[in-house]
Amino acid sequence: MVFSPKLVGEIAGIRMKNPVMVASGTFGFGKEYSDFVNLSDLGAIVTKGTSLDPWPGNPPERIAETAAGMLNAIGLQNDGVDSLIKEKLPWLAEFDVPVIVNIIGKTVDEYAEVARRLDGVQGVAGLEVNISCPNIKHGGIAFGTDPKMTEQVVRAVRSATRLPVIPKLSPNVTDIVLFARICVDAGAGAVSLINTLVGTAIDAETRRFRLANITGGLSGPAIKPIALRMVWQVAQAVDIPVIGIGGIMSAEDAVEFFLAGADAIQVGTASFVNPTAAVEIAKGLDEYLARHGFGHIGEIVGTVQAS
Amino acid sequence: MHLRPEILEHGEIAPRILRLAFHSPELAKAALPGQFAHVLCGASHDPLLRRPFSIHDADPDSGRVAIVYEVRGRGTALLAEKRPGERLDLLGPLGNGFELPEASNRPVWLVGGGMGAAPLYLLARRIAETVGSECMTFSVGARTAEMHICLDEFRCFCPTDLESRFWIATDDGSLGKRGLVSELLLRRVEAMDGPNPPIIYACGPTAMLREVARIAKEHSLECQVSLEAKMACGVGACMGCVVKVRDGEGFKYVRVCKEGPVFDAGRVVWGNG
Repeated sequence: MVFSPKLVGEIAGIRMKNPVMVASGTFGFGKEYSDFVNLSDLGAIVTKGTSLDPWPGNPPERIAETAAGMLNAIGLQNDGVDSLIKEKLPWLAEFDVPVIVNIIGKTVDEYAEVARRLDGVQGVAGLEVNISCPNIKHGGIAFGTDPKMTEQVVRAVRSATRLPVIPKLSPNVTDIVLFARICVDAGAGAVSLINTLVGTAIDAETRRFRLANITGGLSGPAIKPIALRMVWQVAQAVDIPVIGIGGIMSAEDAVEFFLAGADAIQVGTASFVNPTAAVEIAKGLDEYLARHGFGHIGEIVGTVQAS
Repeated sequence: MHLRPEILEHGEIAPRILRLAFHSPELAKAALPGQFAHVLCGASHDPLLRRPFSIHDADPDSGRVAIVYEVRGRGTALLAEKRPGERLDLLGPLGNGFELPEASNRPVWLVGGGMGAAPLYLLARRIAETVGSECMTFSVGARTAEMHICLDEFRCFCPTDLESRFWIATDDGSLGKRGLVSELLLRRVEAMDGPNPPIIYACGPTAMLREVARIAKEHSLECQVSLEAKMACGVGACMGCVVKVRDGEGFKYVRVCKEGPVFDAGRVVWGNG
């Protein structure tokens, strides 16, 4: 049970008891981990990516372990927004934790329609927009790697709802600051970064790709240096809150992201290794602040110094 | 449950195959045959993920639980170094378990290939405890004689009539019949008599299970298979471990760690790999 005034905060109007959220795609809709974790101890839950209609996902193999990390090509399998509203949200409402719904789409219109259906739904605190989906109207290029498409998606979602809109940035770009600025101009209440980095793996003995999809998203400790660098760059450039994601396994990792400028963080792959990682990280943050004589987590945000 | 039980014994039972026994009364009481434990093998971030191991034995009275595993990669190589007295870190019991037979009037055919024999031992124990052991027959295959892992344990369930109830095969003929365990299954099918149809429980390599499923379908026999899959979370959150199953006219992907690892053989869409 973690409740510390040092950790209480608010991001884009969403009040959280601590700044440690669980990342989309790593925690399902909460139920699977509820045997191991008290969901009410989490700062927020970001749900699995939710689309307009159900998406079946990719054929196996969908995962491959890599050095200090893993690749995933799940393919965003989910039962669609209506099932979320009817079945998953009511169950989550039993807990005292903000639920941020991660939304996905194949076209701008789909994103907007999902946002519209979630607008005003009880139990939804905000929307995280997964812009790393392929845009089928433009040859499958990921929305989040094209400035114009990014702007269109974020504006469309912004217009479709009164909920806080938090685009989740793709790191597979040359200049992530450019995309962060576009999201600010398009009405984002905060940005979260990073999503996974595109990678692949090959089995030398069978001489085949390990993933059926060939490529997948890399996550875990291996990506932390890149994530940290991007959080630092974006936090310098924008005034809206920044949520840091990428290889956070411990409270010490989390502190680095706050120092780099993150106002909150998400824990993803770490939950696979330790189901209570997010809660332990929140506790560890509290201990760090006490040990260093800080009264609140906000006091360390963006305070990293030159070496 | 997230458990940190103490290791009791850990040793090789066949080349590169180890049995690891540990003390966990909670897991011993809760574990159903067919379920698995998701074990942290290393102490660092590399290798990162837990490894799933089916539960081979669970004794609620003593609290002793055992897994049997093969050293295949870096995770299992690290696990192999753990010593009695040290602690394991595991999540379990996970998955759905076998559906036990309800009465003793149906023949129960346990079919194991290689490492697949491991979870069938706990299944045999529970069947013996509930409906009795007389209904069970065993058909086990492995590549060579020394790769067989549970022969003595299975023999215990056949104090009489061993010859007809306990069949062994090896790929190279070094023990029992030369051939595949699926061929043993076919012989059982041909020898079927009696009023009640058998229920088949099978575990082993995918190619074997695909063939067992084909035989079961051809003869309209009830068959449960336990599948393996690479897993990240192990609890049903990440959707990484899916298998393709029939869904009405089409198909869908379901989680081996949650909707499985045990499936009705007829439900699985077997690949051609």
